[in-house]
Amino acid sequence: MTDQLDPLAEIKASFFIECDELLEALQDGLETMDSPERSAETINVVFRAVHSIKGGAGAFGLNDLVNFAHCYESVLDNVRSGLLEPNTEIMRTFFQAGDILQDLVRLSRDELPIEPSLTAATLTDLEALLSDEVEETVEFAPLVLSFDLDEDFGLDDAAPKPAQHSFTFQASAELYASGNEPAKLFRALTELGTVTCTPDLTKLPNLSELANAECFIPWHISVDTDRTFEDVLEVFDFVDGLCTIEQIAPQTDALLPPIDLPDVANIAEPIAPAPGHIEEATDVKPAEQLSTEPDSKKVAAPKATVRVDVDRIDRLVNLVGELVINQSMLSQSIVSAQAANSTEVETGLEEFMRLTRDIQDSVMMIRAQPVKSLFQRMSRIVRESSAAVKKSVKLITEGDDTEVDKTVIERLADPLTHMIRNAVDHGLEAAETRVANGKAEQGVVRLRAAHRSGRVVIEVSDDGRGINRDRVKQIAIDKGLIPENVLLSDTEIDNLLFMPGFSTAAEVSNLSGRGVGMDVVRSAIQSLGGRITITSVPGQGTTFSISLPLTLAVLDGMVIDVAGQSVVMPLAAISETMMLGPDELKPLGANSMLVQVRERFLPLIDLAEKLGFSPKRTDFKNCIALLIANDDGQEAAIVIDAIQDQRQVVIKGLQDAYGNIPGVAAATILGDGKIALILDPGDIVVRGIDHTDTAQPQSA
Amino acid sequence: MSLSILAVDDSKTMRDMIALTLNAAGMTTTLAEDGVHGVETLEAMEPPDAIISDINMPRLDGFGFIEAVRAREAFKGTPILVLTTESGADLKARARSAGASGWIVKPFDPEKLVRALKMVAG
Amino acid sequence: MDQKTPSQTGREIELLSFKVNDQEYSLNIMSVREIRGWSKATPLPHSPPYMQGVINLRGSVLPIVDLSIRFGLAEREVSPRDVIIVVNVDDQTVGLLVDAVVDILSINTDAIDPPPEMGDNTTRFVDGLIIQNDRMIRLLSLKAAVPAKETNAA
Repeated sequence: MTDQLDPLAEIKASFFIECDELLEALQDGLETMDSPERSAETINVVFRAVHSIKGGAGAFGLNDLVNFAHCYESVLDNVRSGLLEPNTEIMRTFFQAGDILQDLVRLSRDELPIEPSLTAATLTDLEALLSDEVEETVEFAPLVLSFDLDEDFGLDDAAPKPAQHSFTFQASAELYASGNEPAKLFRALTELGTVTCTPDLTKLPNLSELANAECFIPWHISVDTDRTFEDVLEVFDFVDGLCTIEQIAPQTDALLPPIDLPDVANIAEPIAPAPGHIEEATDVKPAEQLSTEPDSKKVAAPKATVRVDVDRIDRLVNLVGELVINQSMLSQSIVSAQAANSTEVETGLEEFMRLTRDIQDSVMMIRAQPVKSLFQRMSRIVRESSAAVKKSVKLITEGDDTEVDKTVIERLADPLTHMIRNAVDHGLEAAETRVANGKAEQGVVRLRAAHRSGRVVIEVSDDGRGINRDRVKQIAIDKGLIPENVLLSDTEIDNLLFMPGFSTAAEVSNLSGRGVGMDVVRSAIQSLGGRITITSVPGQGTTFSISLPLTLAVLDGMVIDVAGQSVVMPLAAISETMMLGPDELKPLGANSMLVQVRERFLPLIDLAEKLGFSPKRTDFKNCIALLIANDDGQEAAIVIDAIQDQRQVVIKGLQDAYGNIPGVAAATILGDGKIALILDPGDIVVRGIDHTDTAQPQSA
Repeated sequence: MSLSILAVDDSKTMRDMIALTLNAAGMTTTLAEDGVHGVETLEAMEPPDAIISDINMPRLDGFGFIEAVRAREAFKGTPILVLTTESGADLKARARSAGASGWIVKPFDPEKLVRALKMVAG
Repeated sequence: MDQKTPSQTGREIELLSFKVNDQEYSLNIMSVREIRGWSKATPLPHSPPYMQGVINLRGSVLPIVDLSIRFGLAEREVSPRDVIIVVNVDDQTVGLLVDAVVDILSINTDAIDPPPEMGDNTTRFVDGLIIQNDRMIRLLSLKAAVPAKETNAA
């Protein structure tokens, strides 16, 4: 029995994957239905999605899911047959039902209990839409599959009562047209018991009158069985109406003398159907119906795809990661062994490196998925949160098909949800306020994704009230996060929102236009190797811009020495390297130092000290510094001990092993097998800048 | 004497279930995912002993598919069962009007499916 | 100490015992993934003093907890002869830095006494006590010894 459970469990798992796809198609369909692009086919797409979910769910006995889907499907069927015209209210119910369906699928998959309160309200709404005369709320009692495949596919037990049932059987012309055959029916009878079939050949016409299309021969049949006559008739279920069956009273034995009882198997020739059915075999009707469905966003012929277990891909990604590390270790060994002097070896190594990079890129792209599913989830968040605060909000998405690594998508869900909720709850003003300010009553939240210079950029923006900078600054001062009289640029004030401990109090939400926990959002983005920045225009709105690496796998980095440790700085962040001469060092107050680079003054950060590896240096003369720039343009000069070299490193996350570390993005394994930390320059710059001194820079 | 069956359904779960059921009963199953694919597959394979088809499918639904099948000389008499969630009186009318030889109610009882196929396919 | 009458109600379990600063501790062997020799760890910025750092465990990042510092025992030099016991705690894999591995013991859970006040800082890390001949073997509480991930962030 265990053997049979496995394939069924696999199919069940595969069913839930299919549900995800169906739910996505449902969302798409509903959105199209709600837009000017809808067509007659749109409702079919929506209907089929719910119908398929119901079908599969029924087979696995997921009754709550089945019942809900059935009700939803019935309403959709009414729309499909033109009996119901969806208006805004109905569409809202449909969207809600779609959300509930999604929840039911998830709960069913995770085998969690389903509270009736989850579906009650929506079911009532749906049922209200079902007019009584159309669809008798058909008792949909699905048969749950029990795969007892060992069972003999023969008779089930019936009350044994041996009897002989006799009847005449006459087929009509249509019987053959339907693809049925008397011979097969008779053969099926033999499963019930002993069968005797006798043709009544007296009815045979003369040869000249013999028309292929009709069956002139009635049969006398008797079956010796312990089944009832109903059971016997059941065999003829499919051809009910296509034949005439007359039961002969049991005692009557009046039949023709068996002329010669031909073997049932040989008797029935496949008789050609009535001439009317013959059509041009070459006339391929389907071709006309193949025109691309106008509403479907997909191409008519879908790309060939293969379904692969995520575990297998992850394993492959890890192996390729090992390959890259191995390649770099090998290269290093060869160089140290000074065997790289041969051009052949050198060329070989370069080629090896190129190949490994290519393999890695290709493998990482396997895991890439369009952000669409993520954006669809956000649609739902907008629906739910706008309903909760009674605001009218529209979510506009752009770049749905931008592809991003699967892990990134999964880990973006929470931060994005957070930001969108904030935008709806706090960023957008109440309807009256908006109208009073000359804005449209409906607030807009925009989600945009695009590839930009080797990274993925995702923007969350709203057209709400923007950030109230005065209040934000005041709160930061009140909380002791910044000193009283410091001068901050607009961007710097906006970024205060990201500071831990900034937004724990409830009152902040109204004042800053942003709610709780932006520091958590930023940590989450950074743990993906990404950066997040804010831009805001008071009265007009706020935009969060997230920049993420395309793949989580590799990074071009500069390996540097800091307090005896090897550490990796992402190359992309480094704009320049310089040696600090006395003329370039400008003290700022008692504790800080500025570095003069041409006409600019950059704050100086002692990396060893910031990482907690050693106490702060007193003398920075002749030290090496890396000039780092943030996404929002903040710059700093980071003092290090030495530069080792530049290379591509494989990124190993620290999240799972350890957690978040300030200033550190991830880790990697260097050629010598040791772990080296990969720094987060953005974080270092932000944390490293001391706002304690405001005095003007003095010349050294 | 293994029966060859062509099964057409847009739900992968359904296709998998049908294949599992029929293969366990000693039949050979060929699968297609909608009406158009069904016609293509039919033409590319050795004529099956019977066909099972869903009704609600994209591109070409069950009705269109069966019509297309019956339009081909070689398949005029091929037994076709429709997979349907209808029940009662609508059921026969629906199946009949589709040109099917019989029907199987979804979700299907594996025993009934196999028996029905054996009966119509002989 | 209570006298226990030997009974057969307990289970047989296997413990790995090891030394930390002259004290003997033990762990259920089911939690132990492997035992490694010492290798120099990469320090983590702003980490608590008991976090030695991370090492490369066949391509994965393994955090190392110095148990002697974790327990608040006297300072000691990390020696190349130290041993790292790789353990699973909930969903984390962590390496415990100890002086040496001593023994594998088969004991009955009945033989585990509840921990008394240890008199030093180690009480909260001890789940139970096993007396064997003259040896006092503390049963380590992995949950207490291995800090949860969230508290690791500075």
